Amino acid sequence: MSDEEDIILSELPDDELVLQMHDDLYDGLKEEIEEGVNILLGRDWAPYDVLTTALVGGMTVVGKDFRDGILFVPEVLLAANAMKGGMAILKPLLAATGAPRMGTMVIGTVKGDIHDIGKNLVGMMMEGAGFEVRDIGINNAVESYLEALDAGDVDILGMSALLTTTMPYMKVVIDTLVEKGIRDDYTVLVGGAPLNEEFGKAIGADAYCRDAAVAVETAKEFMARKHNALAAG
Amino acid sequence: MTTASANNPLKDMLDSRDWILADGATGTNLFNMGLSSGDAPELWNVDEPAKIRALYQGSVDAGSDLFLTNTFGGNASRLKLHAADGRVDELNRASAELGREVADKSDRKIIVAGSVGPTGEIMQPMGTLTYAGAVEMFHEQAEALKAGGVDVLWVETISAPEEFKAAAEAFAMVDMPWCGTMSFDTAGRTMMGVTSADMAELVGGIVPPPLAFGANCGVGASDLLRTVLGFSAQGADTPIISKGNAGIPKYVDGHIHYDGTPELMGEYAVLARDCGAKIIGGCCGTMPEHLRAMREALETQASGPRPSLDKIAEKLGGFSSGSDGTDGNAPEPRRTRRRG
Repeated sequence: MSDEEDIILSELPDDELVLQMHDDLYDGLKEEIEEGVNILLGRDWAPYDVLTTALVGGMTVVGKDFRDGILFVPEVLLAANAMKGGMAILKPLLAATGAPRMGTMVIGTVKGDIHDIGKNLVGMMMEGAGFEVRDIGINNAVESYLEALDAGDVDILGMSALLTTTMPYMKVVIDTLVEKGIRDDYTVLVGGAPLNEEFGKAIGADAYCRDAAVAVETAKEFMARKHNALAAG
Repeated sequence: MTTASANNPLKDMLDSRDWILADGATGTNLFNMGLSSGDAPELWNVDEPAKIRALYQGSVDAGSDLFLTNTFGGNASRLKLHAADGRVDELNRASAELGREVADKSDRKIIVAGSVGPTGEIMQPMGTLTYAGAVEMFHEQAEALKAGGVDVLWVETISAPEEFKAAAEAFAMVDMPWCGTMSFDTAGRTMMGVTSADMAELVGGIVPPPLAFGANCGVGASDLLRTVLGFSAQGADTPIISKGNAGIPKYVDGHIHYDGTPELMGEYAVLARDCGAKIIGGCCGTMPEHLRAMREALETQASGPRPSLDKIAEKLGGFSSGSDGTDGNAPEPRRTRRRG
């Protein structure tokens, strides 16, 4: 392997560079990702293409291996950190070029729950998939979810709970949305290790996502449905 | 090495018994007594002492030989959410004292184990929590539990090896014997990727060693027993702990209900013993009626041979993943890594 360490990113043609970036994301190499993003931009790639082809493409592989029990949280955090390095370069350019938006998600753990590792992973993977993520942190009472939704342009509400003592609070939030007549304005996704699909249905969520990769797939599905509904309507 | 562990009630019990029945759920029981979702159960150690006594008494009356204090979230990092991070000493001490009170008035020997849960933070380099910071938090909690009179410290539901080690180091600082369990909830491993074999190795390297180690919570009873089989396959001398959930959570009539029946948990207890566990209990969803069924099953049924995975699946239901990472059948990474 040692003779392969001398990869010069700038000497690779586009297609090989993209594949190399997928590998580097997988290995969580932040500096290499930042370098790769800058090289592609220097070759007149549109920021949106760099995002989707190089970063999202790479994170999709990471997500699949996470879903399948091949990668675990430490590796995914490293990969997400590398991706964030690339995103930091792309974000201002994406805003300036009016790139298409995938959708916006508000995400936070519910009241009483500090366990935000899964929530952070979902946030990072969603960003990796091109979504705008508004992370409202841990320990959110229903009021803070409402405030975040009120800020506008929100498509998806993501709630996470890891404890038996906090899981029912997700229902409190959903019930409040129903009372206020705004439940159907959002796709509500829930997650957390002890949850399951039936539980998600019982509390009135649109879907339970068993991990961050599934959350991304599910979010994309619901956004596609929403676009179709808008087109049809 | 430590004076504390030389003459310890749990050590004596482990030496003289074939199995020990631990307790069940804390959160699920407290919900049934009126705890609101999102509120800190630890505050009840001071605000609702009668209910915490009733929680402990419920385990004792159902036949538990050992119960954990209501201090799972009793570290500064978790209590901060409830603006109670300045009350670590008070809340843990109170919980331990209530436990002592219940245990000491029983006519059987009952062990009070001081529960210590995860900080909820990710450790460096991936996260922000330093090793020293974790040790400090666990140390503060351990001191208070010791002062309140627990027999043993008990760290549980851990996923990161560094956090487990930090707790062990804090426990050594207060010179208390300890036990530790991790939660294997992700394809048979902990969230951080630790397999049952990895944990057995980790535990083997910690000085002083725990009185017992094992698994708690996680996915369902079947997965938990697969993990226990993984521990015992390593041939460690340290006794093994098995504390599985009573099935999976469902939302019924406004509250959480775990779908495992007392009969199922009785089967689980006997199988756990056959898998090599010595301290057997439940976790989320395990109520006194489950503990009664577990005690009865352990007392009336003879030990059997080490069960196969098929037998476990047949009696308790299937597994959440095909492999737990110890059988050589774990899926391979789909990308080749081109860089070192």
